[in-house]
Amino acid sequence: MKAAPYLLCLPALVLFAGVVIVPLAMTVLLSFHDWGQYKGIEPVFILKNWQEVLGDSYFHEMFARTFRIAFFVTLLAAVFGAPEAYILNRMRSPWRGIFLLMILGPLLISVVARTLGWALLFGGNSGLVNKALMGMGLIAAPLPFMFTETGIVVALAHVLMPYMVLAVWASLQRLDPQIENAAVALGAGPFTVLRRIVLPQVMPGILSGAVIVFALAASAFATPAIIGGRRLKVASTLAYDEFLNTLNWPLGAAVAVLLLLALIGIVWGANRLVERRYAQVFA
Amino acid sequence: MSRNGPLALAYHTLFVAFMLAPILVVCFVAFTPEGYLSFPTDRWSLRWFYAIAQYPEFISAFWRSLWLGAISSAIAVGISVPAALAIARYRFPGREAVTALFMSPLMIPHLVLGIAFLRFFTQIGLGGTFTGLVLSHIVVVIPFALRLTLASAVGLDRSIEHAAVSLGATESVVLRRITLPLVLPGLVSGWALAFINSFDEVTMTVFIAAPGTETLPVRMFLYIQDNIDPLVTSVSACVIAITVVALVLLDRAFGLERMLVGRNANHGR
Repeated sequence: MKAAPYLLCLPALVLFAGVVIVPLAMTVLLSFHDWGQYKGIEPVFILKNWQEVLGDSYFHEMFARTFRIAFFVTLLAAVFGAPEAYILNRMRSPWRGIFLLMILGPLLISVVARTLGWALLFGGNSGLVNKALMGMGLIAAPLPFMFTETGIVVALAHVLMPYMVLAVWASLQRLDPQIENAAVALGAGPFTVLRRIVLPQVMPGILSGAVIVFALAASAFATPAIIGGRRLKVASTLAYDEFLNTLNWPLGAAVAVLLLLALIGIVWGANRLVERRYAQVFA
Repeated sequence: MSRNGPLALAYHTLFVAFMLAPILVVCFVAFTPEGYLSFPTDRWSLRWFYAIAQYPEFISAFWRSLWLGAISSAIAVGISVPAALAIARYRFPGREAVTALFMSPLMIPHLVLGIAFLRFFTQIGLGGTFTGLVLSHIVVVIPFALRLTLASAVGLDRSIEHAAVSLGATESVVLRRITLPLVLPGLVSGWALAFINSFDEVTMTVFIAAPGTETLPVRMFLYIQDNIDPLVTSVSACVIAITVVALVLLDRAFGLERMLVGRNANHGR
């Protein structure tokens, strides 16, 4: 009977050992191989790719851009997504479900189709977004969105927004409305209630949403590739280029492995921080 | 519970407009009668929807995506059910690690998975094949299948099974007549969520699909990289329409919130 759970897990374990762990190990190994224009991939053990990725200022700039974009996407998602989750949570029954479907639904719509929508909205200087912003008198001249970091940040914030709303929504479900009522009864204004009662309780939700959004934004591919064009590279589009255009697979593998390591470090660190900071909430 | 004020509702309206704008724009532009990207102003036209028929690569990519999603999700559910039962019912050493491993495709960037699969499949001779696509898609949809089958396995009332045993049912009868029917809703919703995720997957697939095994999102992505014209908007509009219909059906049947938030999802972690 002791073997039963392992037997039940066996098909999945075999699949993961064969089709996840082995390929990932091979990729790490690949990043240490040599490559030449004419000789192709040489299975030797050298540090050339890692020295290039860690030492070359081109790669520094590209990784800095990747994480800068991910940071601003996370910031936008938190600042705009968290209040929306709170408003949604206060809605009445039919509307709540309808709007939740409208906001979470895009999560399941093809990311290529959603990014295409942004490419159409940005569309050069005459794009709808610029027309709307100028119509409201917010800007005097059209802003460049296509092929810029700003454009990538806006489109990615839209693509990843549902994850933030979802995370904050989940933490709001655990919130006891009686605490808010008690604060009101004791004379707190609506903003005091938000700042002193609601925000501290949903903070773990915002932070876990932020971790998800950051990780997905830093490794997003289709959106930066379409909005950023061929010149404005982030880590994922650069790795794609190395693999499918330049064919320097070892260098592409080094970029991807470095991105993976950086993300693991950031996510792990953030989770540690959240756990330590909010230990009393979870205990 | 207090109501939302006018300020909150104004914010909410803007937010929903932001979320829907790019999706609606694609659908509008798809109906343009012109040969270039423009909004249909005075008349609407289906010419770009008819034009899809002239591009067999979109049609074949669509069917490939459909089959790929259906097959890989079915296999993923088939693998997830026993694993979910093991995780839900037994306390065994390594239980947490096993769960984390099966959920790991959610954490590993699809870019890294795509690169790893490209290297691996090229080495073992599966590069650019449909088999390779199926294997890779099983891996990335397993977390969705497992999460929902696990939620229903955890919520399963074991006393019903004990009752069946005490009434003389054999182990296989209990499994077939009691356990499986009880986890069926989780199984079906897990399959559906897995299917949608497979159908939309582009980041990983773009690395491993070759000409001839391109899925619909990959075909669309490569097309957009070359140029954006009304044709790709009409293809996208069709994809959006299909997804919206599936979404509404799923929401009616299972509740989208429950599927995405996964109320019991954290149980195994």
